[in-house]
Amino acid sequence: MMGIETEYGVSVPGQPHVNAMMMSTAVVTAHAGRSVGDRGASPRWDFEQEAPLRDARGYDMSRAEADPSQLTDEDFGLANLVLTNGARLYVDHAHPEYSSPEVTNPLDAVLWDRAGQEIMCAAAEAATSAGPFPIRLYKNNTDNKGASYGCHENYLMRRATPFADIVKHLTAFFVTRQVFTGTGRVGIGQDGRTNGFQLSQRADFFEVEVGLETTLKRPIINTRDEPHADPERYRRLHVIVGDANLSETATYLKMGTTALVLSLIENSAIGDDLSLADPVAAMHAVSHDHSLTQVLQLADGREMTAIEMQRRFARAARELVNTQPDSSSDKQTQDVLSRWEATLEQLEVDPTALADELDWVAKLRLLDGYRRRDGLGWDEARLALVDLQYSDINPSRGLALRLESSGRLKRLVEPERVAHAMEFPPDDTRAYFRGECLRRYASSVAAASWDSVIFDVPGYEALQRVPTLEPVRGTRAQLEALLDRCETAADLLAALRGS
Amino acid sequence: MTTQDSGQTRPTPREDAAEDDVAAAVVSRESSSSDIDADVDSILDEIDGVLEVNAEDFVRSFVQKGGQ
Repeated sequence: MMGIETEYGVSVPGQPHVNAMMMSTAVVTAHAGRSVGDRGASPRWDFEQEAPLRDARGYDMSRAEADPSQLTDEDFGLANLVLTNGARLYVDHAHPEYSSPEVTNPLDAVLWDRAGQEIMCAAAEAATSAGPFPIRLYKNNTDNKGASYGCHENYLMRRATPFADIVKHLTAFFVTRQVFTGTGRVGIGQDGRTNGFQLSQRADFFEVEVGLETTLKRPIINTRDEPHADPERYRRLHVIVGDANLSETATYLKMGTTALVLSLIENSAIGDDLSLADPVAAMHAVSHDHSLTQVLQLADGREMTAIEMQRRFARAARELVNTQPDSSSDKQTQDVLSRWEATLEQLEVDPTALADELDWVAKLRLLDGYRRRDGLGWDEARLALVDLQYSDINPSRGLALRLESSGRLKRLVEPERVAHAMEFPPDDTRAYFRGECLRRYASSVAAASWDSVIFDVPGYEALQRVPTLEPVRGTRAQLEALLDRCETAADLLAALRGS
Repeated sequence: MTTQDSGQTRPTPREDAAEDDVAAAVVSRESSSSDIDADVDSILDEIDGVLEVNAEDFVRSFVQKGGQ
């Protein structure tokens, strides 16, 4: 099970001093306004179970030690919505953020991530029409002036898997997966001061190997341990190293290959220890080398390129899948594996042939085109603009979306399915229960969160909290008939009590 | 993709899911570079029309607060 949370860059053209929280709030409330007919008073987010300062290594950080930006569980009174598709749409720090509903596979992750992008786009347009400024949103991760904001992946794992194993194998995987997950960036260094192109938007912002922080001294492996589920059974692995992708193929590969490597770790199926001698330096080196030939030092003295290391992970995954009889029936796992292998092979021979699948290749093709046609150097503002505008999520302006609409960037999910996913939750996780409760009983839902829905119904003195601590329960198969029988939230509560 | 607890059956992926036949052979650098340049030029011509005017000001005024 997995999900993606994306913070969008927000700006008013030519006006860097417009308050970012105000703009972000305008975007989120514009979405609420759009749906006001069926959701007069939007249910708020419920913070009771959130513990952002809990560390997977087994201790809590005190609030006094924490930087204020690490406190996300206090309701600052900012806009914070739960959507009928099971997602959360809110203001996080100074950015509008969409957290997708929980899904069970990478293609659904692409689908509900894309739904979020379209929801954001529509909300920005609505906020622009209603307000004094044209608000633009960007699915990127840096302003090239020293600030970065995240696109985080979440993966549900078995609690029993030793965290040390996760750190050991996943670090090398994250450092090297940039060769296909990177969105591309003009500028080297956190503030982009050095001229040039690199694979990743995010790489230069990582400074340590392991840690709890997400906003400063960012770690390659984040230890936030907040499962939003039964903590005895589950861990939620919070991944903060990734770029926000515009290419659906890149998102699909990012989620699919990472889930496969987590399966390898859970099954103790990685024989070869690919630990790097200096992971943080390697993270930067891989990103800064778009020829993909940089040799990395392993802790045991071996030397390999990022592609060679990825091939070893892919080979181990192929072996695991071949030995698991039930997985051969899982077409999507097979599809991820064969795309992963083919992508690595193509990257080695000629990356430019992947311009219709990978963001950094598509972006670099545009940049190289301008460099050749107009003789531009890497310091030219027009190249920085191409980098920025690639991630504009408005389809008339965004360069990735223009490439997509002319068939030069492949899609994996049809627009009709995206439109459906903007309104409806996935069928096969607890997001179904959350989303359907909001769709059917919005006026009786006081609040909701990942692990609860809270009802306010006549006949009950107190608010009624329905916990959803088991992420695979609350699916359509389990609940649709029951929900169809319950005309009101009171009927539902009575039925749940009785069962 | 069994990161979820074992014993759960995963839903069958939809039939239309990621169906494009994948490894349709690795492409090597064979197409002539002038063909590629011509295609890129036609993309650039299209993009020229939507690129924000005054690149320098536009990029300079894109200032974000840090996030997570």
